[in-house]
Amino acid sequence: MGTTLPLQMTVNGQATDSQVQPRLLLVHYLRDVVGLTGTHIGCDTSNCGACTCLVDGESVKSCTVLAVQAAGAEVTTIEGMSDDDGTLHPLQEGFWAQHGLQCGYCTPGMIMAAADLIERHGPEPISDADVRKGLEGNLCRCTGYENIVKAVQAAAESMAGAPA
Amino acid sequence: MSTISEAPAKHVGQSIRRKEDPRLITGRAQYVDDITVHGMLYMSIVRSTEAHANIVSIDSADALAMPGIKAVYTGEDLSDLLAPLPMAWAPPGVEVKVPERWPLARGKVCHVGDAVAMVVGEDKYGVVDAAHAVRVEYENLPVVVDVEEALQDKTIVHEALGTNKTHEWSMGGGDVDAAIAEADIVIERRIVNHRTAGASIEPRGVIAEFRGGDLTVWSSTQVPHLLRLFYAVQMGISEDHVRVIAPEVGGGFGSKLQVCAEETLAAWASRKLKRPIKWIETRSENLAVTHHGRDQVDYVRMAAKSDGTITAFHAKIIQDCGAYFGLLTPMIPELGAFVMTGCYKIANVKTDIVGVITNKYITDAIRGAGRPEMTHMIEVTIDQLAAELGMDPAEVRRKNFIPKDEFPYTTPYGITYDSGDYEKTFDRALEMLDLPALRAEQAELREQGILRGVGYSTYTEICGLAPSRAVGPKGFGLGIGLYESALVRVHPTGSVTVFTGASPHGQGHETGFAQIIADRLGVDPANVEVIHGDTATGPMGLGTYGSRSLAVGGVAAAHAAEKLALKCREIVAFNLEASVDDIEVGSGKFHLTGDPDQGMTLAEVAGCAYIDANAMPEGMELGLEQTLIYDPSNFVFPFGAHLCVVDVDAKTGKVEVKRWIAVDDCGPAINPMLINGQVHGGVAHGIGQALYEQIVYDDAGQLVTGTFMDYALPTASEVPSYELDRTETPSPSNSLGVKGIGEAGTIAATPAIVNAVIDALRHEGISYIDMPLTPLRVWQALQEARGDGDGPRDGEQGVELPDQGVSSAGSGPTKPEGGVA
Repeated sequence: MGTTLPLQMTVNGQATDSQVQPRLLLVHYLRDVVGLTGTHIGCDTSNCGACTCLVDGESVKSCTVLAVQAAGAEVTTIEGMSDDDGTLHPLQEGFWAQHGLQCGYCTPGMIMAAADLIERHGPEPISDADVRKGLEGNLCRCTGYENIVKAVQAAAESMAGAPA
Repeated sequence: MSTISEAPAKHVGQSIRRKEDPRLITGRAQYVDDITVHGMLYMSIVRSTEAHANIVSIDSADALAMPGIKAVYTGEDLSDLLAPLPMAWAPPGVEVKVPERWPLARGKVCHVGDAVAMVVGEDKYGVVDAAHAVRVEYENLPVVVDVEEALQDKTIVHEALGTNKTHEWSMGGGDVDAAIAEADIVIERRIVNHRTAGASIEPRGVIAEFRGGDLTVWSSTQVPHLLRLFYAVQMGISEDHVRVIAPEVGGGFGSKLQVCAEETLAAWASRKLKRPIKWIETRSENLAVTHHGRDQVDYVRMAAKSDGTITAFHAKIIQDCGAYFGLLTPMIPELGAFVMTGCYKIANVKTDIVGVITNKYITDAIRGAGRPEMTHMIEVTIDQLAAELGMDPAEVRRKNFIPKDEFPYTTPYGITYDSGDYEKTFDRALEMLDLPALRAEQAELREQGILRGVGYSTYTEICGLAPSRAVGPKGFGLGIGLYESALVRVHPTGSVTVFTGASPHGQGHETGFAQIIADRLGVDPANVEVIHGDTATGPMGLGTYGSRSLAVGGVAAAHAAEKLALKCREIVAFNLEASVDDIEVGSGKFHLTGDPDQGMTLAEVAGCAYIDANAMPEGMELGLEQTLIYDPSNFVFPFGAHLCVVDVDAKTGKVEVKRWIAVDDCGPAINPMLINGQVHGGVAHGIGQALYEQIVYDDAGQLVTGTFMDYALPTASEVPSYELDRTETPSPSNSLGVKGIGEAGTIAATPAIVNAVIDALRHEGISYIDMPLTPLRVWQALQEARGDGDGPRDGEQGVELPDQGVSSAGSGPTKPEGGVA
């Protein structure tokens, strides 16, 4: 396997510490080393966004980032979005309520990208066009995007109204 | 015996949230690549870089010397396989020449991506390195890529067949030639329905574990039972020792209705190496070697009277099968041919189909499978007819619709449409559009240089596959009947498990089926668990495709639950000392009619059936479960009208979809939310084909569109918000009255867009442009029509696409040399 490097990062609030191949992709680190398989792989060319997670709060396509590039970072994956008691994040709730998913494969990436989009957009209502533009980096083959847009808008509204 | 009572509709018809979603939105779902089996090895495939070549040598020495590599196998190593990859269609009386296809090439490759060798090793990165280190020497052979050129047999792909033409098949009724001779007007057109990809976001993947004589396979498949059957045939393992599991499946769209080389390879290697083997497809592999769809050249003729009455419709279809056959390849146009006349009453019709082999990857069923192509043909041709007659395309459609009082209606193809009211869906769609306002906008915008157009598409599709006698070996020629199974099991505590032979991959069966069962057994859908995709748990099943799950599998589950409900009523009647006819199922209870307090819950009934035999009628079988196989009496025929509004930018050729109006009829709704979701996705799939997506090979047979950077799936910005409505015309063919909705949007969509773009451009003298309507093609058509320009300057327009199918004036077909005789 050749040389390995020490790697430490925080994933969903938990410290991780491993020896990894320098070429190991972040998505494979999350899936195969940390064991969090909610982050998916759909294309290898950073077009589909199924592998999107948050690195230090910004959405990142983890199939085109080396794990070692995220050394020391705080990474959030879909598994880190709901509370320990099972309370869903408003985006998860929105996708469920609005039928924003069918096969579910793109969904974790969609939710992570939308989390970053809403964060950048701020508390004012987000338009249909802004959601569509903001999610251009995430492909879905099932939903025709209609209900994904509604889900993100519903979540944004819920998050804007929530106590800080 | 009392008859089965009709179930009260309580949960059916409601848009209840999906039971599947909690695991999917939290990252807890388990797709194939999320599964790890102890001791698992990884597989990578060495694929042909050439489109047509003899394999001179394969040198695996360097690969085998790499760390962690366990084995490299080639086609010769797999000589113990008992059968090549399957093709399941043998129509009586039609000769179909079937090219032999093995999981690893034997001596020769016939398309780019053909599997040449497999590498197995300990590390998922390591096997890819090793696959690159396998050296294959090729002796190149002439390549044939164009389907009409292939038909001339100057370059033959499979010498053993002696020709590229695999089969010819004709069907129809009436006298097309006589009707055309007598017609006031004849429209002729050459239509290219181009090659596309299914492009589920989860690529294919498989894990196979052969242990102690038993084979267990996890595969991202739509057909786990068919895969098990084939393992038995190909590897000589009896079915009772094979278990196939379709875990969470991340979309299929037909592309996973296949028995794949890699599924065999993983199982074979696991038996050989006594280790579990995992293979996960890359996106590049997915676009190269997961079957493609569409890809046919159609020559159509439509004859009519001057008042717009269509008297004949004829199509010659040249199907590009690719280099081999998949499971259903040569059957795809035939399936579409059954509905080639769409919603119209046409007395004289004929479909002539020819299947052709080329040096490209195989085509097979992709969402709609033959029906989008046929719907496209008739719907774009009818618009041209209207234009040449100077009539409103809406009026021509209305004039030819099969009237609602003529159902059930038997077409000249001998197919009986079950029910329909085409005018109603079409009128509703037009009402939502507000045509006068649209025409006014169109005129106004044209003054400002914006070309707006509206396009109509109506469809009826054949689905609910399928009545087994009609489609089986002695009927249409499929290798198996298309019945469906259900097992409904009430547990001693009163919770319910339903096993279905359907195998969903996003459609929402766990929710919809639970709604159906819940109403029949008087429980909440939350207490009904639907299990699918595991050959070890339920009876034989046929899988999910052809919009069949609800109309066949759902009806099977409903019937099984109704039989159980009758047994429950008999048990309750016995305990209440009442007549079974006086017991009905209500909310939470089987009770005396008119007295909901006098009754028993399902849990109490189950307690009798499993625990207290003395509470059961004398002689009644203990327990509470029912297995049932349902074989439908007919297909079902959903229908609808889709309208779209586009703006065309004359400067760039860019088409923007502004509005999408869809009025569909799939019978009574089980869960309207799920129906809408299917329509949304189906339409987006069709928009993708019409405007963006195309699998392109160059003249050497090299795949040009091998990643999502080149194969343009629509993003959220490229599709509109959809305006939907429904009508509900029940099917008389099944007790739920349901039809199907999974493919409807895709079937309806492409002609709506093409007709809208032509509506925007017709005043420029443009009558047709083949899909995909990329900016380049639309811009070129405009330049040609306006007579100003020689096409784009080098480097300005991005990827160069084949210049097929731009027809800027009139309707005559451009018939290249060597077209169908």
